[in-house]
Amino acid sequence: MALSNNDIIQVAKAVAADVSVVEHHGDLTLVVKAADLLDVLYELKDNPRTTFNLLIDITAIDWAKPGERYEVVYFLSSLANAARLRVKVGVHEDALHLPTSVDVWEAANWYERETYDMYGIIFDGHPDLRRFYMPEDFMDEHGTPLYPLRKDFPLMGIPGSLPLPPKD
Amino acid sequence: MSGSATLERVEKLRQSKILREVQDKDTVAMFEDPLENDMILNMGPQHPATHGVLRVLLRLDGETVVKCIPELGYLHRGFEKIAENSTYHEFIPHTDRLDYISPLSNNVAICMAIEKAAGISVPERAVWIRMLVCELARISSHLLAMGATSMDVGAMTVFLWTFTEREKQYDLFERICGARFTTSYARIGGVANDIADDVMRDIRVWLNQLPERMSEVERLVNRNRIFVDRMAGTGYIPAEKAIALGLTGSTLRGSGVARDLRRDEPYMFYDQVEFDVITRNDGDCYSRYIVRNLEIWESMKICHQCLDKLEAMPRTPVLSDTQPQSVVSRKAEIYTKMEDLINDFMIINFGTMPPKGETYTAIESPKGELGFFIVSDGTGQPWKLKIRSPSSSNLQALKYMAEGSMVSDVVAIIGSIDPVMGEADK
Repeated sequence: MALSNNDIIQVAKAVAADVSVVEHHGDLTLVVKAADLLDVLYELKDNPRTTFNLLIDITAIDWAKPGERYEVVYFLSSLANAARLRVKVGVHEDALHLPTSVDVWEAANWYERETYDMYGIIFDGHPDLRRFYMPEDFMDEHGTPLYPLRKDFPLMGIPGSLPLPPKD
Repeated sequence: MSGSATLERVEKLRQSKILREVQDKDTVAMFEDPLENDMILNMGPQHPATHGVLRVLLRLDGETVVKCIPELGYLHRGFEKIAENSTYHEFIPHTDRLDYISPLSNNVAICMAIEKAAGISVPERAVWIRMLVCELARISSHLLAMGATSMDVGAMTVFLWTFTEREKQYDLFERICGARFTTSYARIGGVANDIADDVMRDIRVWLNQLPERMSEVERLVNRNRIFVDRMAGTGYIPAEKAIALGLTGSTLRGSGVARDLRRDEPYMFYDQVEFDVITRNDGDCYSRYIVRNLEIWESMKICHQCLDKLEAMPRTPVLSDTQPQSVVSRKAEIYTKMEDLINDFMIINFGTMPPKGETYTAIESPKGELGFFIVSDGTGQPWKLKIRSPSSSNLQALKYMAEGSMVSDVVAIIGSIDPVMGEADK
């Protein structure tokens, strides 16, 4: 039996009351609160109706606005149902913390590292939250770490933020 | 802060985190028995077997890999940042540089993603052409994967033979779209140009001689004792682990999971062609190699069916003309028609403008699931464009596959994952 969008929404709403639904060009997106995030993800993965067992990707969106500036997006896929779903959660500018989903899917390890590297969102409980692409010392002259995909990071980069190795 | 002090601080910071991770804080140097010492080996980023600039830190106990840490980012060019600052049309050439072994399928993927976001329909003939070039790109990529894997474990000849075929393919690509490597063939709403009759005939000629070349390769290595001993049983990953680690593509099918987007979520006209989804259940390097080998045969089948369709079809336009506000006009029309000149001016200046919203489109690229997540704010430039690169998520399994194996197996495992660092590092 094919998995309908209504089934997915029902499963998610059973564990978290505050779930809003967005549909655009046939893509289903659930927007949840950070407190419910892990419950919803666990339920979507383990419920026999949905079985979203493959985590495709995690990324963030910088909306460049005060307050809930970032949104972290989880891309889920179900092998049994050939269904797709996105789960979004807002992150406040002053508290860039989310619980890690490494315990739900192991694949989240690198995806969360990449999101941290590019947006500076800290995933609490992540086993190895290092930079992914950029060097560990990617910071400006005051020692503030730089996150390149944030909207306030200039396209041309910041001169001097990536020092060359010392000459012999 | 003085210059040298900054450099010292930077150097310390740069080394400390990764060293801590590889040493796990419990490395004890024991000198009573020299054989009990751990050794840390830095493989890459400049290593011929890492297929680009992949750096792998290995902690060795004798010849056994105790810990394996892949480090990415040596080819990071910030494509996602570039995408946010260019129009959709301008971003197409950048996708050539993602998976530079199969640029044609990347072009098709980004154009499909933009078309879904903007609601543009594509003429039927263009879709068949796209399918044809996607499958040619898959053959090209898998030929390279087979050759490079064989060379990594010592079978040099296969590499030369598969590269001869790829060379002929590049000549065909040049005649299809004018470029051998960086093709940029697909356009928003279609493809750049139709394929000429003589080129289609030569693609058919090339496809007809490929089975014989493939059989030669298969006879040379597939049952070769040395090759099978190196490949079979190494880099084992069970199906549940492969799913948990987010593998896609041939690497996942080598563990017995029949997930192929061409069949599961048919895009283009893949539901109208006949092909099999190849799986092997052993989950080792050899089964991944065999999956790629047999997928070449399936791709040849699809290519023949696409060519049949294209030859039977009238030569209708290959670029959509139903949405003039979203599709770049053809050159002949720009030079002769006023409306098209105005339209071209508007598109080059402001770009295709998809309505506000978020869409994700994925195709089964040769490496796995290649997806583009487009967040549109209604302007001509994407607010965010996320590239879901299969190489980078497949590489995450390297740690699991390599730990506990021999150091010489690591090259075979990297070869069997078949990463392209241009895509993994974005």
